Amino acid sequence: MEGLTKAYPGVVANSDVSFTLKAGEVHALLGENGAGKSTMVKMIYGLVKPDSGRMIWKGAPYAPAEPRAARASGVAMVFQHFSLFEALNVAENVALGMENPPPMGELAARIKAVSEEYGLPLDPSRMVGDLSAGERQRVEIIRCLLQDPKLLIMDEPTSVLTPQEVEILFKTLRQLSAEGTAILYISHKLEEIRTLCDEATILRRGKVVGTCTPRERTAREMAEMMVGAVLTPPERAPRKDWGDTAPALSVKGLSVASPIPFGTALKAVGFDVARGEVLGIAGVAGNGQDELLLALSGEIRSEPGMVTAAGVPVGTLGPAARRRIGFVMAPEDRLGHAAAPDMSLVENAFLTGAIRKGLTRRGFIDWAATRDFAEAVIRDYDVRTPSSGAAARSLSGGNLQKFVIGRELSQAPEVIVINQPTWGVDAAAAASIRQAILDRAAAGAAVVVISQDLDELLEVSDSFAVLNEGRLTVPRPVKGLTIDEIGLMMGGAHGMEVAHHG
Amino acid sequence: MDFGGINPVVLIASLMVAAVPIMLAALGELVVEKSGVLNLGVEGMMIMGAICGFMAAVHTGSPFLGFIGGAAGGAVLSLVFAVLTQGLLANQVATGLALTLFGLGLSSLMGQGYNGIKPPLTGAVPFGPLRDIPVLGRILFSHDWVVYFSIAATALVWWVLKATRLGLVIRAVGENHDAAHALGYKVQRVRLGCILFGGAMAGMGGAYISLARVPQWTDGITAGAGWIALAIVVFSSWKPWRILIGAYLFGGISQLQLSLQASGSKIPVGYLSMAPYLITILVLVIMSSGRAKASLKAPAALGQNFHASR
Amino acid sequence: MLTLEKRPTPSRFWTAATPVVAVLLTMVAGGIMFMLLGKNPFEVIRTIFWDPLFGEFAWYLRAQLLVKAGPLILIAVGLSLGFRAGIWNIGAEGQYIMGAVIGAAVGLAAFPTENRLIYPVMVLAGAFGGWFWAMIPAILKTRFNTNEILVSLMLVYVAQTILAMASTGFLRNPEGSGFPGSRNFSNYKAASNPELIAGTGMHWGVVAAFVTVIAAYVLLQRHLLGFQIKLSGQAPRAARFHGVNPTKLTVLCMGISGALAGLAGLFEVTGPAGQISIDFNVGYGFTAIIVAFLGRLNPIGILLAGLIMALTYIGGEMASTNLGLPSAAIQAFQGMLLFFLLAVDVLSNYRLRLFTAGAGPAKTKTGGAS
Repeated sequence: MEGLTKAYPGVVANSDVSFTLKAGEVHALLGENGAGKSTMVKMIYGLVKPDSGRMIWKGAPYAPAEPRAARASGVAMVFQHFSLFEALNVAENVALGMENPPPMGELAARIKAVSEEYGLPLDPSRMVGDLSAGERQRVEIIRCLLQDPKLLIMDEPTSVLTPQEVEILFKTLRQLSAEGTAILYISHKLEEIRTLCDEATILRRGKVVGTCTPRERTAREMAEMMVGAVLTPPERAPRKDWGDTAPALSVKGLSVASPIPFGTALKAVGFDVARGEVLGIAGVAGNGQDELLLALSGEIRSEPGMVTAAGVPVGTLGPAARRRIGFVMAPEDRLGHAAAPDMSLVENAFLTGAIRKGLTRRGFIDWAATRDFAEAVIRDYDVRTPSSGAAARSLSGGNLQKFVIGRELSQAPEVIVINQPTWGVDAAAAASIRQAILDRAAAGAAVVVISQDLDELLEVSDSFAVLNEGRLTVPRPVKGLTIDEIGLMMGGAHGMEVAHHG
Repeated sequence: MDFGGINPVVLIASLMVAAVPIMLAALGELVVEKSGVLNLGVEGMMIMGAICGFMAAVHTGSPFLGFIGGAAGGAVLSLVFAVLTQGLLANQVATGLALTLFGLGLSSLMGQGYNGIKPPLTGAVPFGPLRDIPVLGRILFSHDWVVYFSIAATALVWWVLKATRLGLVIRAVGENHDAAHALGYKVQRVRLGCILFGGAMAGMGGAYISLARVPQWTDGITAGAGWIALAIVVFSSWKPWRILIGAYLFGGISQLQLSLQASGSKIPVGYLSMAPYLITILVLVIMSSGRAKASLKAPAALGQNFHASR
Repeated sequence: MLTLEKRPTPSRFWTAATPVVAVLLTMVAGGIMFMLLGKNPFEVIRTIFWDPLFGEFAWYLRAQLLVKAGPLILIAVGLSLGFRAGIWNIGAEGQYIMGAVIGAAVGLAAFPTENRLIYPVMVLAGAFGGWFWAMIPAILKTRFNTNEILVSLMLVYVAQTILAMASTGFLRNPEGSGFPGSRNFSNYKAASNPELIAGTGMHWGVVAAFVTVIAAYVLLQRHLLGFQIKLSGQAPRAARFHGVNPTKLTVLCMGISGALAGLAGLFEVTGPAGQISIDFNVGYGFTAIIVAFLGRLNPIGILLAGLIMALTYIGGEMASTNLGLPSAAIQAFQGMLLFFLLAVDVLSNYRLRLFTAGAGPAKTKTGGAS
């Protein structure tokens, strides 16, 4: 295998990117969200056509017109957001990713054989919707392995895995690379890359900003190459004693079914959060995070006493009634849940600000006051937009996230619930969002932060708990918590990703 | 063997005939919905099939060519739907309604001058002595070929969806079009094929009404059969064999109410003629009340348009 | 090759321009259809769109315009609220019939008492009839998750049967020597809906339509409920997050659209139609769907769209009597209008791009960074 070179000048997502990959090499493509990693691999996989530049594969020019062609040349890909079909079974899902699948019976036998060979046990007849995130990823990997790939592309594979599952995955990948398969590994997690990868290409804003051998660099050095700036951790004011008798937010024995198809029900979740306290809730995606947010926001109703605010039962109240007593919420999905994509920022400001900002009078909307509110959020949270009249969908993910968080935090909240506060936001903006959350806590709000980013949680939280299959561990103070203990809380594993942002 | 002036053997035999139009249309729509598209224009495609089939049969003198013409008529109208929803990303609900409104108008325009004409008749399949078997002969061996075709089509649709690569791809596209696209399947093309198939089946069902069931042409001849076909797809929970059951049930009800009307039952005619619609509503309620269960069976991407840049 | 590219923000220009473009395209396509029917397309188009307004009989036909547009606008405004919220009531025809039947029944029960209260009570009864008929799909949807499209449509057929039963049975004119049809309201002053200003076609139904347009405009632009309706249609999950109760909203939207359709039926039966008869309904409930979309689900747009659609009705009748154009041609013409509207609608959310294959300065973005 010769190598792979490409250059794409004049493109917004990627410009003039080149790198080379050898057989059996694990090559990292490192960069922040929005650095152009995903667009890059879509070009290799034939989903997107480059505007210019060329790729060379095994010495010959390579320009896949579609994924089928890429697969035929031996390129396989495991997607960041799974390309699986929940209502189909494992074997059917695998068959869809193959060019000439054998009959179902034979395929099922091969799936079993390959999955055991690589230590990834799977039952071919199970419905994918019923599988855990880790098992789903196995389906994707096995789909690739059955094609006997020469190049395997992994797009953010560990973001949905537990530490043990990461361990298993790495073993599989090492086995593959020993067999001569080249692996292109896309991630923004530095420790992973240091343990796994032989070479790394670092992207920033669509451009290559450096290459290195990860084992010879520290995580911090790579982080600074990736981000291009030196980062400062958020400041924390010492916590005050507010002298409350009841916790600002208390959840007891919260059990609710999931309204999401193939979702996770919450099982007897309980915790208390005092004013000024930040509770961080960790866990792998799909373990009940969305449901917990819905139950706290009032989109799922529960028994009255399951959720209480300052001693008052609120379990049966809807979102509007909860906002009235001081709740603000920021769901994970910005476009479609936290904001209406086709509505302007002004209308989206009204979406949650109507009650606490007093934007209606006898049911009639005060659009002038709403505009002022939206513009204040845009100004205070540095939201880049042509105007407050722009549709929410026209903003970049990070900018919309800043708007959503800003909108919620600007409402003088008593209780703040945020799922994935900095998902898809660049590092500088993420730091300012974390700072804003801490400022609100210092001003006396009780805060629940749900996140899959452990570093983030350890940075902002006072206490820490883990959500696992709809159950919450007992919250423990972050101070004095060791990595080993966190690993145990998450399911008894080691090798957690360690804090890296300096 | 009569019950209140109704012969059960004749009733069963005739319900099999009554069920054909809605069965064909519902099978077509099932495939369309499996691919993630909701085409509410079944009524319009059926009535276009009814008039096109009628015209083709009258002019060629061949009922078989009539059915082909009906299928073509339905397919052409469904092509309009496909272009609007797949090419121009128009709202599927609105486009389906437009299809029905347009189909009703156009069919009545095309049908000017065809009122009162008798089409060439579709004869029963000659089964010879089998036909004379008591009871079973009348029920099983006395029909025209389309009745048998409708049963064969059910089996075919079931087999294709369950056991073939094509069926797998159709289900995959209807389940998660983004994932199907990521794997390199042509979402729009698969859906276009399914929509055309649905149109052809609805057209054939419509042609059966004007060529065999009635048989003549009048404006608005389908009288809501397309909507009932849509209801039967929901009833079937997207399973082909249940389409057959649903269509026979509905065929039985409408046949029974006609027989009751003919036999001079004491129930007022008005209540009898609204019965099929009321029972359809009732069945819809029963089928959908198992909330989460019903919604899980529906294709996940049903009614959503796909645009690759998202 | 042409491709579509999503606009970052919906185009205001195209949102307003699409109905105009659609009408023009329909004239072209309709002209071809009329030509195939052996008519002079220009003459037909002129007869439909020009003569009713400025032709020889315009003094009479202009009044007819309001008579036809009134019920269309009244129903379409109601439907548009539901359509905006993603609630598909397509059984307005049935609600229209039931409003007429129940309203008329109340009026006829009072016959021959003359009292000023009779008509207002009938109006309420008409609204109730439509509301009640729309509540059936609404409650089945919220309670059992039943598809409102299918149920509301099935109920049209049921309503038609009830209409037939009413005109041949329980509402039949006892002095009508056995002919189907109820008493004529024009002969019963307390229960009739006469032309308010002679020669304008203005009756209470038209007044109600104008009031409804204004009320709906204010509701959608300024009121919280209007915001919730729009939000529910565009982003259902965001609506729940905002605090919209989908059950309440469904019941409300179905109720409003049903009541307005019922009102339209009542005004029609007591006014222009005059009596309950088997062929009382002429498809206003379905045409109103076209009107709602043609008006971009916007009350002011619906006002204009209702007038245009009324024009095609009247012009169509004229073309039918003067030029021998089959009346079904107009129905097809109206259906075509909706097609073109849906087709050009893509321009408000997408840009058409010409892709030149091969070399050349490609300015388009191949994909967003994710």
